[in-house]
Amino acid sequence: MIKLEKILSTSIEEAEGLRSVVDPVIRVEGVSVRFRIPLEPVRSFKEYAIRRIQRRLDFREVWALKDVSFEVGRGEVLGIIGRNGSGKSTLLKVIARVLRPTSGRVWVKGRVAPLLELGGGFHPELTGRENIYLNGTLLGHSRREIEERFDWIVDFAGLRDFIDAPLRTYSTGMVARLGFAVATAWEPEILLVDEVLAVGDQSFQKKCQARMADFRRLGTTILLVSHNSNLIRQMCDYALWLESGQVVEFGPAEIVVALYERGVS
Amino acid sequence: MASEFIYDSARRPLPFWEELIALWAYRDLVRQLVARDIKVRYKRSVLGVVWTMLNPLLMMVVLTLVFSHLFRWDLPHYPVYLLSGTLLWNFFAQTTTLAAQQLVWGGALLSRIYVPRTVFAVSALGTGLVNLTLALIPLGLIMLVTGVSFHPALIFLPLSIFLAAAFTLGISLLLSSVAPLFPDIVEMYQVILTAWYFLTPIFYPVKILPPQYRFWLKLNPMHHLIAAFRGPIYEGVFLSGEGLLGTMVLALGTLSLGWFIFTKRADSIIYRL
Repeated sequence: MIKLEKILSTSIEEAEGLRSVVDPVIRVEGVSVRFRIPLEPVRSFKEYAIRRIQRRLDFREVWALKDVSFEVGRGEVLGIIGRNGSGKSTLLKVIARVLRPTSGRVWVKGRVAPLLELGGGFHPELTGRENIYLNGTLLGHSRREIEERFDWIVDFAGLRDFIDAPLRTYSTGMVARLGFAVATAWEPEILLVDEVLAVGDQSFQKKCQARMADFRRLGTTILLVSHNSNLIRQMCDYALWLESGQVVEFGPAEIVVALYERGVS
Repeated sequence: MASEFIYDSARRPLPFWEELIALWAYRDLVRQLVARDIKVRYKRSVLGVVWTMLNPLLMMVVLTLVFSHLFRWDLPHYPVYLLSGTLLWNFFAQTTTLAAQQLVWGGALLSRIYVPRTVFAVSALGTGLVNLTLALIPLGLIMLVTGVSFHPALIFLPLSIFLAAAFTLGISLLLSSVAPLFPDIVEMYQVILTAWYFLTPIFYPVKILPPQYRFWLKLNPMHHLIAAFRGPIYEGVFLSGEGLLGTMVLALGTLSLGWFIFTKRADSIIYRL
């Protein structure tokens, strides 16, 4: 056992020494994110005002990320592993501009797109066509870009005959297909995949993986958050292991996943 | 790979400008959200767009009966006086409320994807402007029926609407910067709106107010905005130069303040959504 550890740690050091990112597209430098959570939940403004006057407002500070640094080169696939609440999803959100780091620096080159099914952006009264435009613009695409991909989306979702019917007449499966088609219609420069967040059934997740493989072949940089260490091993070149917001290991996916599996069990 | 888009969290422009640039990039989303609100409102109603116009008409008939016969205010063409004030008030009240609700609605999305946070307030304003414009049609009809002449001052109406829109967006943003924090804020705002409505000369004339209260009226921004809107329609006059300057400062000042506070706070709002 001690021997294995020695081999693993030396190979990680070697790999890190060898690793020099030629064309970085993501640079994360000493990024920390702090959440302030009230000790007792304050549910209304009235309650807040009363507490404020009584000076009974206490916050607990939680560092979701602490001094995280790494680089990702163009076309690389990076897996992020760690237990629940280790900061994986927060890290993706910081890169996607959803959250701003409390300290540190995030530098991203290229268009970032999350692979998410945005069911929440659909409206049941609007037609499939109208919902494609609504959802596409929510993802940051212009009207023209949507027009260009419109036929592809409709065909991929297999909804040619129903595209002008209101969404409330669709079955759940049809809505999910439409959501997925819109989410994957454009090939981004950087793709963010959060398996933990991606709601949807098994077939949706399967399709996500297939589409991810497509993108990978096309040379898209991919960040993948997953509990599934096998998936990380299969798909990723490198892996980042997070524990309570801090980096435990960063290196070739094989090795980091092996260390992680040993660490967890 | 035509666009070399670079995001650098360490090197960001002032939130005030950054948000303006981002909003421009997402202008198609604003258009889609306005189209959604308008379509959803009219799709399933039998009367369709007619309803927007019928609604103020019905309300006006009731209020005219109540106020001009019961209270006997000496106001010529009372229906036009009432309807012009009501239209602008409804625009303000509905838009600000919608903006706060939209941000709360969009919260689930905002915590998952990046969208400029002012998109919701701006699209609520767009929806409000479309509805206001549609409601001008029945107003014109009432003017014809009651024999109010169409004054040349009407060419200033777009400017009046612009000032009201700027003020409304400012208040929408101020409200949006606190509304996601507590669910009861929008409810409390409705109570404030009701009080505000009665404190503003919308259905009653200014002259019924005792002189000692007139001073307070000057501090009511909605009074000035309604006066600017009602003037060209009802009296055929627009604001004086001084009045216009004051109203402009008021409207654009509120907008800048709202934009500044909201964009500054937007990042911390996301944590609460």
